[in-house]
Amino acid sequence: MPLSSVDAAAKRGVAAVQQYSLLSARSLGNLFRRPFYGADIITQADLIGVGSLPIVILTGFFTGGVLALQSASTLAQFGAAAITGQLVSFSMIKELGPVLTSLMVSGRNASGMASELGSMMVTEQIDAMRALGTDPLKKLVMPRIVSTIIMLFFLTIVSDAVGILGGAGVAVGLLGQDASQYFHNAYQSLQYPDILQGLVKPLFFGFIIATIGCYYGMNTRGGTQGVGRSTTQAVVVSSVLIIAMDFVISNFMIGIFGR
Amino acid sequence: MADLAVQQDVPESQVYPDAPAVRFEDVSIDFEGKDVLEHISFEVKRGETRILLGPAGVGKSVLLKLANGLFRPDSGRIFVFGYEVSAMPEEDLFRLRETIGIVFQEGALFDSLTVRDNVGYRLMEQHVPDDEIDQRVTEALRFVELEHTLTKLPSELSGGMRRRVAIARAIITKPDLLLYDSPTGGLDPITSTTIMELVIKQRDFYGTSSLLVTHRLQDAFMLVSHRFDKETSTIMQLPDGTTDPSTSFLVLHQGKLVFDGSTHDLVHSDDEFLKQYLA
Repeated sequence: MPLSSVDAAAKRGVAAVQQYSLLSARSLGNLFRRPFYGADIITQADLIGVGSLPIVILTGFFTGGVLALQSASTLAQFGAAAITGQLVSFSMIKELGPVLTSLMVSGRNASGMASELGSMMVTEQIDAMRALGTDPLKKLVMPRIVSTIIMLFFLTIVSDAVGILGGAGVAVGLLGQDASQYFHNAYQSLQYPDILQGLVKPLFFGFIIATIGCYYGMNTRGGTQGVGRSTTQAVVVSSVLIIAMDFVISNFMIGIFGR
Repeated sequence: MADLAVQQDVPESQVYPDAPAVRFEDVSIDFEGKDVLEHISFEVKRGETRILLGPAGVGKSVLLKLANGLFRPDSGRIFVFGYEVSAMPEEDLFRLRETIGIVFQEGALFDSLTVRDNVGYRLMEQHVPDDEIDQRVTEALRFVELEHTLTKLPSELSGGMRRRVAIARAIITKPDLLLYDSPTGGLDPITSTTIMELVIKQRDFYGTSSLLVTHRLQDAFMLVSHRFDKETSTIMQLPDGTTDPSTSFLVLHQGKLVFDGSTHDLVHSDDEFLKQYLA
């Protein structure tokens, strides 16, 4: 590759990061400026949160179930099948609940945001909005960021709870373990740092999903093909960033709390 | 330059009453290294209508978006009602745009909103009471003869109707400057005539300063050769040899302004490109 191409690609990359940062900062700054689009936040919360509930419940339930199924047989080799509940609750609350819920919501909503805003871009609706005196970052982006962060937090709690129930269903119903023992272990082994770790992650993941979805939507060029490209990129980039951020947060929290 | 934040009681268009509606000073812009507009300078006086002609892809729409502050020039300065839009913060631009109406090439209606909400969008954002919105939306739709479409979605309208709704949306707040981006592009001749009649009606009834982009000569010449008669509420042709004095032309070619003058000067120009273009 010629040096000029590397140079141009690097400049494009830096410019994209700069644009992304500006979009995120200005959108969040708009939270404290009038007019406040409260109704749009509620609408988006319904679309993103309530709309994602079925897939989050299903994913959480089966993830908890398969976790119990796989871990119970391994734990049994060491005579530790009794701590299946502990393993399921630990895994669900600290890692799988936040990450899988975020990936599901990303697949559903980052793509939705990118395609919706992208379509508005290519049909000049965003320009029309600006021309009519409305800031699209305030009207379209800010409500999506706020509602995704809030709703992902609660969806993660739902996913954790349903996952532990799914694990219980398998451990008790299929593997014949004692229900009281399962829930006792699942509950007693948890400490506040574990809960904190599991609840901090969706706040960051929600921010990533909404800002990436909106960034690609607002930078869509090139007609319907461009909309398709933005949608794909939004899902891919937000998914990779979620997993990378998960590692960073886990490392940071373990460093602070030692677990 | 006055700060918009301290001009709450005076409409933005009246803060500098002597300033022209639009003024371009040596404006240039490029996209991805390609020069789109080079050293463009012209003026739209208050109450004047300027028709911007030029072949497709020459940068006419870009120029219109520059005038509305939707794009920023790479060099040069753009003034609207005395405010330098090329240097204003976006927040101030939103307020200045309340005095500007724009009709986009394809209408750019919000596809998830009804005609009523599209036309009344600006009023809804200003938290105007619902009753007043309904009344003003109906009035604006009556102007474009579409008051029966209030509850329809844009997808349920024909191309010409969508364009007329876009005009209603642009004029509902009675702006002091109207920007039309190819309002008849892609429409059949009869619908195009209907749209141009609305532009003429707006020009002669309200005397709004306008900048109209088109590549259709028949539309441009209809605009200069017709007037709206307020008494009979009809569009009438001006006598032979006369043209509307408040309407004049700009012609873009290869990113440069090659003509700025009256209808008479345009049709009698010796410029080879203009002769070929008008032929």
